[in-house]
Amino acid sequence: FFFLVPNRLYKYDIVVKNLERAWDGIMDESWDLTFAVVKAWFSVVVTFIMLPAMFGVSLGITELYMKILWATLRIQKERKKQEVLNASLANGIIQRDDGSMEQEIGELRRCRPKSLAGGEFTLSDIFYFSRKGIESIVEDEVTQRFSSEELASWNLLTRTNNNFHYISLRLTVIWGLGVAIRYCILLPLRITLAAIGLSWLVIGTTLVGLLPSSRMKNWLSELVHLMCYRICARALSATIHYHNKENKPRKGGICVANHTSPIDVVILANDGCYAMVGQVHGGLMGVLQRSMVKSCPHVWFERSEMKDRHLVTTRLRNHVADKEKLPILIFPEGTCINNTSVMMFKKGSFEIGGRIYPVTIKYDPQFGDAFWNSGKYNMVSYLLRMMTSWAIVCNVWYLPAVERQEGEDAVHFANRVKSAIARQGGLEDLSWDGGLKRAKVKDTYKEQQQKKYSSMIVGEDSSD
Amino acid sequence: MIMFFSSPSDVKNNGHRRFFPYCHIILIPRGVSGHESGGITTFFARRFHHVTDHSCAIIMGSGDSTLSKIPNVEELMEETGFSPAHVVRLYERFQALDKSKKGQLSRKDFESIKELATNPIRDRIIGAFFAQGQEMVDFHTFVRILAHFRPVDKNRPKKANMQEPVNSRTSKLRFAFQLYDQDNDGKISRNELLQVLRTMLEMQVTDEQLESIADRTIQEADLDGDNAISFDEFRKSLEKVNIDHKMSIRFLR
Repeated sequence: FFFLVPNRLYKYDIVVKNLERAWDGIMDESWDLTFAVVKAWFSVVVTFIMLPAMFGVSLGITELYMKILWATLRIQKERKKQEVLNASLANGIIQRDDGSMEQEIGELRRCRPKSLAGGEFTLSDIFYFSRKGIESIVEDEVTQRFSSEELASWNLLTRTNNNFHYISLRLTVIWGLGVAIRYCILLPLRITLAAIGLSWLVIGTTLVGLLPSSRMKNWLSELVHLMCYRICARALSATIHYHNKENKPRKGGICVANHTSPIDVVILANDGCYAMVGQVHGGLMGVLQRSMVKSCPHVWFERSEMKDRHLVTTRLRNHVADKEKLPILIFPEGTCINNTSVMMFKKGSFEIGGRIYPVTIKYDPQFGDAFWNSGKYNMVSYLLRMMTSWAIVCNVWYLPAVERQEGEDAVHFANRVKSAIARQGGLEDLSWDGGLKRAKVKDTYKEQQQKKYSSMIVGEDSSD
Repeated sequence: MIMFFSSPSDVKNNGHRRFFPYCHIILIPRGVSGHESGGITTFFARRFHHVTDHSCAIIMGSGDSTLSKIPNVEELMEETGFSPAHVVRLYERFQALDKSKKGQLSRKDFESIKELATNPIRDRIIGAFFAQGQEMVDFHTFVRILAHFRPVDKNRPKKANMQEPVNSRTSKLRFAFQLYDQDNDGKISRNELLQVLRTMLEMQVTDEQLESIADRTIQEADLDGDNAISFDEFRKSLEKVNIDHKMSIRFLR
């Protein structure tokens, strides 16, 4: 026993030393391993994704990815064919009558024994207004446009799982796998790409900005812009189909599109170069803006300048008049709408003159919802949601150019363009102002209704 | 849905005492009433029927998780006649309107509905939801008021001692009457009529025109000469109007 104890202690000491040495070895090796992994990661990213993106070549990886996604989601969709609940989500909760006020109140009055040709008040008139009011309370056209569209069948993203609760074990497993893939593989990849894209934009445009003005400079600046936007589009796994490319906006024109998210800019700029219009920001956006302006002219306004409509219009008009400058890109809705409808176009953009090139952007919500609900999410969390969706799939239609007709006022022109855009994309054409997202409804709408009603009661001559 | 339930160890079934473990965890698929989920449910139901005969019954059916969140939902459906699907949709709408997640709606929540702002009698309609002195509307009241606008049930059998259904012709008329009669004294006085006309027309007509319209209306409807319109006179003057059609909202599905 006496001999065993020191022997044991001695062996213990050596074992510890060996362990320490082994541990250091492992640590060193793991650092090397990490570096090797990161290096491999970068080379994969650069060769397979960035370089083809920069030169507009497609290696077919994205197509393969989309095919796999389609197949997976279709399997899931078929299992839910029994789900009847879906149909009602798209159609709304109540069926609304589209009769006008005159029609409806006239019908109400027809039942009375006396004939009322000249118009008069009856106690039954209130039925019309109360029913319209209750219909608005149950479902209204406007408020639903400022939140994300509901899906008919689940696309395996948690965020769209409102009405689809636990369905089956298999689906949960697939969903879990999806989360792992999206957050651990796709997200770092996309962030890397976005970082590369944006930094290249800043560096490239600054370099090009050093050159003297010449045809060469314009060509280079277009190239740099295109490359960066292509990389950014890959960073979102964006699959974009452009239709009617012969109608693409040309220099000296104004490009007008419906607005769903800040990503619209990337989507459109992937296929052509535009001059952006917007407010000067601070921070990262400010850096981007300042460097972009060095290589080709964009139109950035200070916050104070934005209030002066005349100034804004003059500057834009000067830009458009110069036939060498790129077409400006404007979103006349003024705010993000959820891509199920097109809201009122502000007439300011249509007073500038020049040719208008309307463009429709329609996202497919099945793979990722692109709508930015600016009340709910700030920019960073929005971008994070974008980068953890499956993909962004959208269709872009270039519509033929239009010009303001003789004697047509700006509002009418704006509505004409809006209807064309809505029709092409299958969106609903609403005349509500997108600014209602934050503002109150103006009293003029109520006054319109009152005027209509009063003309029914007292006749045309006394209403003014 | 994962269901935890504990069974007391001395539950009596068929005269036998059984001892069960205190906690069962059952994963029961729901939301689809297809045979797949039904099969699994009946599988579990058969195994644990002596414990779960109450619990399993409520698991079937689509959308039942939202339904189970609503308190006293059966009573509400019985009273108003809405189907479970309608109640679920109304609950979702209620939650969408309740932006600050209080579980109740205030006047401001109603006023934030953009489309409602164009209605000349918006304030009166909103006021119909709030009983005297109340400042908040809970879901039950919300549904009960909306139930006035359900189409009339033609096939509902008349039970003795049954209360007037919420969406009957008389109830709808009473709802409209109360939009006029703001002080709830059972009569529409000349002043109240003037007020309504003023709200609906505001700047569009002159005061004299309003007064002449009000006088004419009362003259036509007033039968007992008290210069006010009672509920019966109101009902009589509108007896030919197709109220069911005009005061009903067609709910889909």
